[in-house]
Amino acid sequence: MSETPTPATGSPRGSWPLYEIFVRGKRGLNHVHVGSLRAADDRMALLNARDLYTRRNEGVSIWAVRSTDIAASAPDEKDPFFAPSGDKVYRHPTFYDIPEDVPHI
Amino acid sequence: MTETEAPGADALQEYFDATIARDQRVEPRDWMPEGYRKTLIRQIAQHAHSEIIGMQPEGDWITRAPSLRRKSILFAKVQDEAGHGLYLYSAAETLGADRDDLTERLITGRQKYSSIFNYPTPTFADVGVIGWFVDGAAICNQVPLCRSSYGPYARAMVRVCKEESFHQRQGYELLMTMMSGTEGQRAMVQDAVDRWWWPSLMMFGPPDDNSPNSERSMAWKIKRHSNDELRQRFVDMTVPQAEHLGVTLPDPELRWNEERGRYDFGTPDYAELMRVISGDGPCNAERVTRRRTAHEDGAWVREAAAAHAAKHTARHTGPDRTEAAA
Ligand SMILES: [Fe+2]
Ligand SMILES: [Fe+2]
Repeated sequence: MSETPTPATGSPRGSWPLYEIFVRGKRGLNHVHVGSLRAADDRMALLNARDLYTRRNEGVSIWAVRSTDIAASAPDEKDPFFAPSGDKVYRHPTFYDIPEDVPHI
Repeated sequence: MTETEAPGADALQEYFDATIARDQRVEPRDWMPEGYRKTLIRQIAQHAHSEIIGMQPEGDWITRAPSLRRKSILFAKVQDEAGHGLYLYSAAETLGADRDDLTERLITGRQKYSSIFNYPTPTFADVGVIGWFVDGAAICNQVPLCRSSYGPYARAMVRVCKEESFHQRQGYELLMTMMSGTEGQRAMVQDAVDRWWWPSLMMFGPPDDNSPNSERSMAWKIKRHSNDELRQRFVDMTVPQAEHLGVTLPDPELRWNEERGRYDFGTPDYAELMRVISGDGPCNAERVTRRRTAHEDGAWVREAAAAHAAKHTARHTGPDRTEAAA
């Protein structure tokens, strides 16, 4: 649930680090971010993630990643970071006019 | 922490307002007004605390449940509530709240939790009635919160709502079983219904004309419906269930209103609600003390785990990493 490393309030009183949890729902699917949790180490993060996010068979595989290890783009969706993809309509199949009677395309 | 001067405060506010107006979600690192952030932290923290304290009234019955079946169900239900608390604490952390600080505020009584969990559970029928009423009321509250404007809160609610349905159904089923039992069991169910009905209606908070923060929360789309509207929905949903079960809801004013197409019902004792919220309910002190004791008794476990983790990390620089290929 934390999406991104939380602002500097990390662990002022020596509490456990924050982990982001990704779950593969079933074979053939990507791991998807499901939320976050705190754990002392990687192993505990996986065990806690199992108990917290897969109590009803929601997953066949779990990744636990320390929130501080995630590199994130700037939060603002207007950010020029995404500008390169904004004006390239030719990357989409609908850009191309193909006559109706050409099959399978 | 996100109060930035750089791009112009007006532009940021405008962008935020537009996001809300377009019914889009606000995400953790977006700029947001401090009032929005504070309101959310308060609401999510109280919600999280309610889930955590909410384990206690039913938890008392885990060792005394009358069968292995009921024991397993109750165990799973109470474990879910712990999970709900954790989803919500995580959501609060995305707003910059500190987990330790939230716990501290709960056990020192500086942050509230739902009034309902300050009532006692003297009989096993209470377990059934809590599932039926309290989780039922929670569903009324939480389903609209799945569309709350703050992304992590809304997503936590989606997860929670998926689990609440089991909570409500196991409670109702338990009561159906008792109602088909002895005279004494039926009386026990009715007694629990009599005790929990009004406190359950109070769960929706003060009436709209006395709910100062409601309007702003609704403008921000944190909340989608008023307290009174949600209370009405709960009554409309519950009355037919009560009839089916064969119990009487303890409200002489309760009747179907043909014109409105909804039930009319009496007014909860809001003075009682205020008393319980301000700390003077039947079990407030007991609940908070128990939470504090559990936290303090667990300190050595947390320290040992941290020490073990430190030692382990010192020994191998990279503990077993999964090959993380997408
Ligand atoms: Fe819950
Ligand atoms: Fe529940």
